[in-house]
Amino acid sequence: MTSLPPDLWSTVALTLKLATLTTLALLLVGTPLAWRLARSKAWWKEIVAALVAMPLVLPPTVLGFYLLLALGPDGPGGALASLWGARTLAFTFEGLLIGSVIYSLPFVVQPIRNAFEAMGERPMEVAATLRASPRAAFWRVALPLARPGLLTGAVLGFAHTVGEFGVVLMIGGNIPGRTRVLSTAIYDYVETSRWTEANWLAGGMVAFSFAVILATILIERRARARLA
Amino acid sequence: MRIVLALALLSLFVSPGMAGEAQIAVAANFAEPAREIARAFAAKGAHTARLSFGASGAFFAQIGQGAPFDVFLSADEERPRKLAEEGHGVASSRFAYAMGRLALWSRDAGRAKGEETLREARFDKIAVANPAGAPYGAAAHDAMKALGVADALKPKIVEGASIGQTFQFVETGNAEWGFVALSQTVGKGGSLWLVPAHLHAPIRQDAILLKHGADNAAATAFLDFLKSAEARAIAARYGYETAP
Repeated sequence: MTSLPPDLWSTVALTLKLATLTTLALLLVGTPLAWRLARSKAWWKEIVAALVAMPLVLPPTVLGFYLLLALGPDGPGGALASLWGARTLAFTFEGLLIGSVIYSLPFVVQPIRNAFEAMGERPMEVAATLRASPRAAFWRVALPLARPGLLTGAVLGFAHTVGEFGVVLMIGGNIPGRTRVLSTAIYDYVETSRWTEANWLAGGMVAFSFAVILATILIERRARARLA
Repeated sequence: MRIVLALALLSLFVSPGMAGEAQIAVAANFAEPAREIARAFAAKGAHTARLSFGASGAFFAQIGQGAPFDVFLSADEERPRKLAEEGHGVASSRFAYAMGRLALWSRDAGRAKGEETLREARFDKIAVANPAGAPYGAAAHDAMKALGVADALKPKIVEGASIGQTFQFVETGNAEWGFVALSQTVGKGGSLWLVPAHLHAPIRQDAILLKHGADNAAATAFLDFLKSAEARAIAARYGYETAP
């Protein structure tokens, strides 16, 4: 075990912290967004849906490039950072968090939207006839019914953030304990021919990804069994 | 008639002495002169060179795994030598195509105050290339140590994966200063301090013919061209010196 990289645990901890906070932020932002997308009858809702889905097809380098400009002193990020005397949000944990939320948005919104759509109008109508306010119906009927979708969204958002590479590489600056995450650490090890360390981390990621995908499949199977 | 036409068409693709093509892996610091050198090389009419840019460390790992490059223009002498030792490169072809110069650069004009810039450290972030993968990053750390400012600057350092990314951090203003290759700053304005060469180990940049390109006439022709006065003049315009 002497070959384990010394800063392994701080890198793992930072990666998990980033993924956890990103997932929480995405559930907070993504759930109401998914609800509106599922229920709205506005003509422009699919335009919003397309914007949300963009990170699925955009190369991370495109996001990374625009984030680097947007977070920097010439962009809104720099203006925000100047409030506490900094010049840029790049190279900060907060900057990574913003990038991750944008990058993983579709992975959380899509499953939740699907779950809201799958339950149809009926449960909300029934709740209304039972005199539940729309707000109460959302909290006590819609959210519990959409639980498998929320769970899938959370798992995918978490996993996708752990696996994020291009965006972090471009706006992170590889600072240990602040912006150095697992994927960039692996890249570093490969580039510098430290393949033992790279193997440890990469092997761990393979096992982790397998567990995540298996988990989402099982969640969906259980949800379907319950509906049947 | 039809046959003649067909032959004529065919000859477009397989004319005798057909212009060959060489795949060149170029260290990111040499990107600009390499583009110009490749244009001049193609203008000779015999062959063309296709360029890929990246960190020397990344190329080294890829070439070791059989990446289809014919020539490697590294940012150091270490990696080409290792490639030759490991049988991925042709040892006798190795030569120094340029001596690199390190510069401390800011995109804002009139900010450079020589080494005082580093001693005063009136900035938030300074970009340095990853010293493990990019030789200019290693040279930058040498220089900071030689000036005795390495520890003081450590919390301000942001790391670029290659010298190209390091430059990008400074050019976008996310880092106020950065240790970059002098060649990258040509025509970019801003202000710079040319780091005295004695503050770091010389950045001797070696080129090597790789196993993959050993039988490629375009690859050997490109290496020959790289030694020509014409190519050296291009490199000199970007601030590279000739190997002693």
